[in-house]
Amino acid sequence: MFDVVVIGAGVVGCAIARQLSRLQARVVVLERCDDVASGTTKANSAIVHPGHSAKPGSLMAKYNLLGNQLYDSWCKELDVPFRRNGSMTIAFTEEEVEALRKVYDDGITNGVPGMELLNGEEALKLEPNLNPEVMGALFAPSGGIVCPYELTLGMAENAFVNGVQFRFETKVESLERNGEGWDVKTSTGEIISTRSVVNAAGVYTDYFNNMVSEQKFEIIPRIGEYWMIDKTYANAFKSTIFQVPGKMGKGVLVSPTVDGTLILGPTARNVTDREDVSTTREGLDQVLEVARRSWPGLPSRSFITTFSGLRSHLARHDFVLGEVSDAPYFFNAAGIESPGLTAAPAIAVDLALEIRDRLGLAESDDYRSGRPPVYRFRHMSLEEREEAIKRDADFGRIICRCELVTEAEIRDSIRRPLGARSVDGVKRRTRAGMGRCQSGFCLPRVMDILSEELGKPLTEITKFGGESRILSK
Amino acid sequence: MNEVDVLIIGGGPAGLAAALSAREAGCSNILILEREQELGGILRQCIHPGFGLHIFKEELTGPEYAARYVKRVLESGIPYETDTMVIDITPDRVVTTVSRKDGLRQIRAKSIVLAMGCRERPRGALGIPGSRCAGIFSAGTAQRFVNLEGELPGKRIVILGSGDIGLIMARRLTFAGAKVLAAVELMPYSSGLTRNVVQCLNDYDIPLMLSHTVTEIRGKDRLEAVVISEVDGRLKPIPGTERVIECDTLLLSVGLIPENELSKAAGVELDGVTGGPVVNDRLGTNVAGIFACGNVLHVHDLVDNVSEESERAGRYAAEFALGHRDSDAERMIAVRDGAGVRGLVPQLVSLESLRNGESVNLMFRPANVYQNAFLVLESDGQPVKRFRRLILTPGEMQTIKLDASMFGNQLPQKTISVSVEM
Ligand SMILES: Cc1cc2nc3c(=O)[nH]c(=O)nc-3n(C[C@H](O)[C@H](O)[C@H](O)COP(=O)(O)OP(=O)(O)OC[C@H]3O[C@@H](n4cnc5c(N)ncnc54)[C@H](O)[C@@H]3O)c2cc1C
Ligand SMILES: Cc1cc2nc3c(=O)[nH]c(=O)nc-3n(C[C@H](O)[C@H](O)[C@H](O)COP(=O)(O)OP(=O)(O)OC[C@H]3O[C@@H](n4cnc5c(N)ncnc54)[C@H](O)[C@@H]3O)c2cc1C
Repeated sequence: MFDVVVIGAGVVGCAIARQLSRLQARVVVLERCDDVASGTTKANSAIVHPGHSAKPGSLMAKYNLLGNQLYDSWCKELDVPFRRNGSMTIAFTEEEVEALRKVYDDGITNGVPGMELLNGEEALKLEPNLNPEVMGALFAPSGGIVCPYELTLGMAENAFVNGVQFRFETKVESLERNGEGWDVKTSTGEIISTRSVVNAAGVYTDYFNNMVSEQKFEIIPRIGEYWMIDKTYANAFKSTIFQVPGKMGKGVLVSPTVDGTLILGPTARNVTDREDVSTTREGLDQVLEVARRSWPGLPSRSFITTFSGLRSHLARHDFVLGEVSDAPYFFNAAGIESPGLTAAPAIAVDLALEIRDRLGLAESDDYRSGRPPVYRFRHMSLEEREEAIKRDADFGRIICRCELVTEAEIRDSIRRPLGARSVDGVKRRTRAGMGRCQSGFCLPRVMDILSEELGKPLTEITKFGGESRILSK
Repeated sequence: MNEVDVLIIGGGPAGLAAALSAREAGCSNILILEREQELGGILRQCIHPGFGLHIFKEELTGPEYAARYVKRVLESGIPYETDTMVIDITPDRVVTTVSRKDGLRQIRAKSIVLAMGCRERPRGALGIPGSRCAGIFSAGTAQRFVNLEGELPGKRIVILGSGDIGLIMARRLTFAGAKVLAAVELMPYSSGLTRNVVQCLNDYDIPLMLSHTVTEIRGKDRLEAVVISEVDGRLKPIPGTERVIECDTLLLSVGLIPENELSKAAGVELDGVTGGPVVNDRLGTNVAGIFACGNVLHVHDLVDNVSEESERAGRYAAEFALGHRDSDAERMIAVRDGAGVRGLVPQLVSLESLRNGESVNLMFRPANVYQNAFLVLESDGQPVKRFRRLILTPGEMQTIKLDASMFGNQLPQKTISVSVEM
């Protein structure tokens, strides 16, 4: 019997798992994919929003602000790269400058610190590559950038270290009442009994909510498409550049990432298929067109990849959090669209408290806030590199030449808690294959190591679990 | 810190030829660094014949061709280190390497030969929309799987792009039992060698679909189909021409990019067209003592040309290291692409070399397909010589061997250019 079953190992589920791991509780996270961060969490803008764009008084506004504040400590404890590079929202017309003022006022109401309204000249001084026609800008220094899957991995590893269990390739099929608690039926045929359930299933949260409650809602999946640009342009912008939502479309941003690349996107289009995250010609073209408005110098070469992710949009456009009144011991974390990444730590803090009090769980006395050390050869100094190779000769063999990832890091990514089981798992943990050659060089090498470490033939190695085998039998 | 006279980065055909000629030029303190476990470069996985026709006058496979050079390197006792990757080069020629056995090392070199080869352009660079499923490979990666690891990437295959690697792989995968459904090429002509189109596609009834491209990738976990469309004169897909081809594998053979991240770190100036360093006729870059040759300089079709170019680079690098001649001091003539010509190498020719009657090869690619055309050599804007060519295509690199007599009694003062005239 578990105390808590968490459905979904996205940033929300893993943040909650981490907070629950501070309690004396038996917790299991069930995830249908082969790894954490396999849903929306791996495909979004990766911005830690300052919080001026959320509607005052909404849960989004509240948790955006609180979440943003938690980022420094969470990322430090989990050794996850995070940078407060500042967010700049730019306006090109009188009308947009007016709209910017409204955003500023909302920001003040929401409690966003340090905002500044700038004229065009001041904006260009901070960001010389901006479109020179910029008329005004709102700068929010508390905006930041993070790597969403690295953060999620950090939280999951930390939860695991503190005793939380994770089951992958385990899809939750149904929930049934069992006394006060629940029986959770999964695709593996197992029935897991638990005192409570946390619904953190991303775009499928409506499915579970509507299964147990009369207070129904419907998730409208809304896709967002992106381009990534090579490190050559890493210094094009310091801050994240947003455009004021207006007639040219909304929300296409241009931003540096913590990994030194640039991200452009997203679009916004409602879709029906929650399994389909294909990019489209129209979407990708639109991103470039709108992004050029911020950055006329946008290069036509140097793209490294494209991707897209699904927002869990609700008509009411706010998060749905906490225990459902007509389904005791069922807790929602639903409708978590942007700023969900930013909000996740704060949502987790409150939800874990609610669960603790409801179930009467005690605090654990040996909680550790970190995770096993992560080695990043590319960030080491000469001396550290020398030292590392002396300690473990596998640091002396570079497997991914673009991102400078060593064999030691690849092996560690497979051996560590909740280690990688697929090529994408290795990629998200180490960055091997994420550089400009997009794994042309390292793929066979990574597969050899996976095959050796997992004791599986090469033909069984997958890109991301399931039927995604790389080679033919 | 270790010191060497000539340091060679990359142990492919370019690096091997450069090392041998540096030795012949009288240099004893040479070192070759190679990140793979063995010398030979990309040739190790090119097990098809077609190498060495020019240099050895016989048809060898890639590994055979490489083996001849490796043998000579071993016989002449030139030191080399494999499983050793160069991760940094400074403008004053200090090179940092990483290896299992020696850890992190720094080596100071009197001269450096860049011979790092090239990499393949990935899917992301093209931005083909659709799913991000398994089953999409660059052609060279697939070649490595088949030829070095003995594994088959898939069974029903579509190839995008008609570069030589893609063409070679069409035949190779057919031999291995896969069905190659089509090679799809954006341009109205193949970007590979004609002999490869004939021997690798036509001979196996594999259709080459010119003026077509892949406009969508479909599949949940593994590739299930690609959508191909015809393109118009501006290379834009024509709506209504979409066709679905069911397949489990897509190979990309859409271009090679010289591998110059290290060169950039060393302050070497790159050419926007070739993607390689800007060099003079002695294959020297703007950074004194750093030379470049082979695919890192510009992508070659034939390894024979790589070997020949690299022999010269090795010799000049040795001369520089021994202090014999420094081309920096000499007057340079700029070499410019004229109409219909792309990527002339070298970009600079020294007047001194022309006067001394040294041979200088101008190499480049036609910008388009031309029949019955002339290549026109111009000196300071004036045509000085015409060369008749029955066919010119971007897939086949052209060479003009310069010699001073071509210019009559007036050597160029500022520029040399080559253009295509119909
Ligand atoms: C285009 C876009 C841009 C965004 N940009 C930002 C931004 O810049 N800043 C920001 O703060 N937020 C942003 N967001 C929002 C943020 O990405 C999301 O709020 C966040 O990732 C949601 O996390 P999650 O854990 O709720 O969902 P997910 O990451 O989707 O996790 C849900 C998990 O549940 C699993 N699951 C589903 N059904 C089952 C089942 N039946 N059984 C078992 N497991 C199941 C899924 O496989 C998945 O792993 C953006 C979102 C999008 C789409
Ligand atoms: C699939 C394919 C088919 C071909 N078919 C033919 C043919 O039929 N006939 C023909 O004549 N030619 C053919 N060629 C062309 C010929 O193989 C190439 O032109 C030649 O190999 C280029 O030589 P190179 O030494 O410049 O590059 P490479 O052979 O690529 O060698 C570069 C070497 O540098 C090493 N290196 C790179 N970076 C570093 C670093 N940082 N530290 C240490 N080492 C490094 C690499 O590991 C590699 O070994 C073919 C090429 C390919 C890829």
